[in-house]
Amino acid sequence: MAKKINEFMKNLLLVRLFVRELRKERRKIILTIAGIAWGTLTIILLLSFGQGLATQMLRGQKGLGNNIVILYGGQTSMEYRGLPQGRPVFLYQEDCDLLKKSIPEIDRIAGEYDAWGITYKYGDKVVNDRARGVSSIGYEDMRSHFPQPGGRFINEIDIKLRRRVIFIGWDLKKNLMGNIDAIGKTIFLNDIPFTVIGVMQKKMQMGMYGGPDGNVGVMPASTYKGIFSRNRLNRIIYQVNDVDKSEFVNQQVQRVLGRKKQFHKDDNNALHYWDVIKNSKQTAIAFTGITIFLGVIGAMTLIIASVGVANIMFVTVRKRTKEIGIKRAIGAKKSLIKTQFIIEALLIDLLGGFIGGATAYGIIKAVQSIPQESADFGKNMAMQILANPEFSWTVAISTGTILGLVGLMSGFFPARKAAAIDPIKALHYE
Amino acid sequence: MIKMDNIRKVYNTGKIEVEALRGLDLHIKKGEFITVIGPSGSGKSTLMNIMGCLDKPTTGEYRLNGKSIKQLNDNELSELRNHEIGFVFQNFNLLPYASAYENVEMPLLFAGVGGKMRKRKVEYILNKVGLSDRMDHRPNELSGGQKQRVAIARALVNDPNIILADEPTGNLDSHSGKEIMELFVNLWKEGNTIVMITHDPRAKDYTDNLVNITDGCIV
Ligand SMILES: Nc1ncnc2c1ncn2[C@@H]1O[C@H](COP(=O)(O)OP(=O)(O)OP(=O)(O)O)[C@@H](O)[C@H]1O
Ligand SMILES: [Mg+2]
Repeated sequence: MAKKINEFMKNLLLVRLFVRELRKERRKIILTIAGIAWGTLTIILLLSFGQGLATQMLRGQKGLGNNIVILYGGQTSMEYRGLPQGRPVFLYQEDCDLLKKSIPEIDRIAGEYDAWGITYKYGDKVVNDRARGVSSIGYEDMRSHFPQPGGRFINEIDIKLRRRVIFIGWDLKKNLMGNIDAIGKTIFLNDIPFTVIGVMQKKMQMGMYGGPDGNVGVMPASTYKGIFSRNRLNRIIYQVNDVDKSEFVNQQVQRVLGRKKQFHKDDNNALHYWDVIKNSKQTAIAFTGITIFLGVIGAMTLIIASVGVANIMFVTVRKRTKEIGIKRAIGAKKSLIKTQFIIEALLIDLLGGFIGGATAYGIIKAVQSIPQESADFGKNMAMQILANPEFSWTVAISTGTILGLVGLMSGFFPARKAAAIDPIKALHYE
Repeated sequence: MIKMDNIRKVYNTGKIEVEALRGLDLHIKKGEFITVIGPSGSGKSTLMNIMGCLDKPTTGEYRLNGKSIKQLNDNELSELRNHEIGFVFQNFNLLPYASAYENVEMPLLFAGVGGKMRKRKVEYILNKVGLSDRMDHRPNELSGGQKQRVAIARALVNDPNIILADEPTGNLDSHSGKEIMELFVNLWKEGNTIVMITHDPRAKDYTDNLVNITDGCIV
């Protein structure tokens, strides 16, 4: 241990000497450090923005739904057991119950009714928007319909008692009621009074049907049926317990409903599946690819900068040939000469890395601090997706590793050259 | 202390071979002061480099303190140069960016001597060569004689068995040359073993142990 410390001190003292020697090359070294700093900055920004982009895209998809498949009724396109093609396939609440019972991999399931052009009224204010009836409380999690503090989503009792309660989107709430506390207030839907039980938390939603969730009012399906006297569901939404099983579950759904509604299991038009899980997975894969690509570009920039470091190290090796000869003559081992140059290269490299890293961190923090109002969803979505860089440990560690490797590489070859110098020739070198 | 038997050194410069040393025998005992003289190109520096373990003979046997140099690897030779040998060169060969103190400290750093001990040794030895008031000066702030004193201090600091000086007064005016010569004589009187190459005709005045090399042979 004492020996290690002594070794370290020795190197430290020698480093102090090189720093002095390096002052002669100040301009070149500053340029080199700037090159490394630039490379580091590039790699960190690319990775951070890439990672932020991926997270935001996935979050946006979560806004539509959490591991869900959206199922629509269609029209048969194959003859089946003597039945002609072209028969419409309708979905009903009982289909939900059947699917839940038959397919254990389905965690949650809900039927959905949609109505357009509903007149919402609160005081003097009138807004035309959509309304939706949902048949299960699992909908809250499946479609990320989380309430703002103070409110709640529809519960079992609401459904059982067909309560006239409504859970409204944040935009609808703002347009209709302004900034007041909406919970417990009565609003009118087509002149029928409803009690507001919750307002949806703002969320990023990247994929929608009918319209954004911020503009809809959600009530129990039982209540909806009573008011609008409708039986056919617009769609069924189900959540699969294992993200890798969505394909399998969809086949089961096709089989179970096919048997009930008499269509062929290979009939691709009888039902339409919007498999959000599959989409998310593809997005995740695509963004991993993009992140790797950006990382490679950043790494290239760094490697080019490191060639600069190696170059300046080669120059110093040549300029310091005599000095290397002197040190060798008075007893410096090859390994020491090597270590000197590697440490020197690492020093330049780490200094550049530190400057670049700190700058990148500053830029990222600055971008993150730009306030993002997501109310005007459409207008700001690009900003929301792009301007959310994430400075993560993964980014820091991978950049640090690349920097370290690059530093070692750029120091290694000049160091090897320095150690191989013949001391006698070096002593005569002028 | 030094036993050289039938030493040959051939430089192979691609087209022509130069035989710098042709079967040279030289024995040096502890405490001797040897002066090597001879015409330019006769192989004096070549001999010195071999003696100083900077180079190996092409053939022949060189033993330093009983150890044969032939089998030693580069690390072991470096250690020998560090511990057993003190070099003094004609052109001083000081590190330009280091102070007198740091130049003298360098061999101790390579030897892994601890901080306190280093300070004591460096200060003692610089005092001995009469430079205690110039410790923080860089080489370009010192006169030729002072530079050579720093170099001598550096050669002495690790208590070497032998001091090898290749024309140490060659770049000095006659006055400082004389002073440096006197310094060497004093070191010798203190018991140091010294081998010095010189063109100085007064060499005879300092020692009668003269080795004359001509054409790679001792005559
Ligand atoms: N590295 C080398 N490669 C080829 N030939 C060399 C080399 N070093 C020395 N020589 C040759 O070896 C011979 C002896 O050289 P050396 O330097 O030992 O002479 P010297 O006696 O020290 O001369 P001077 O008094 O001028 O210093 C010379 O002919 C020289 O040209
Ligand atoms: Mg010579």
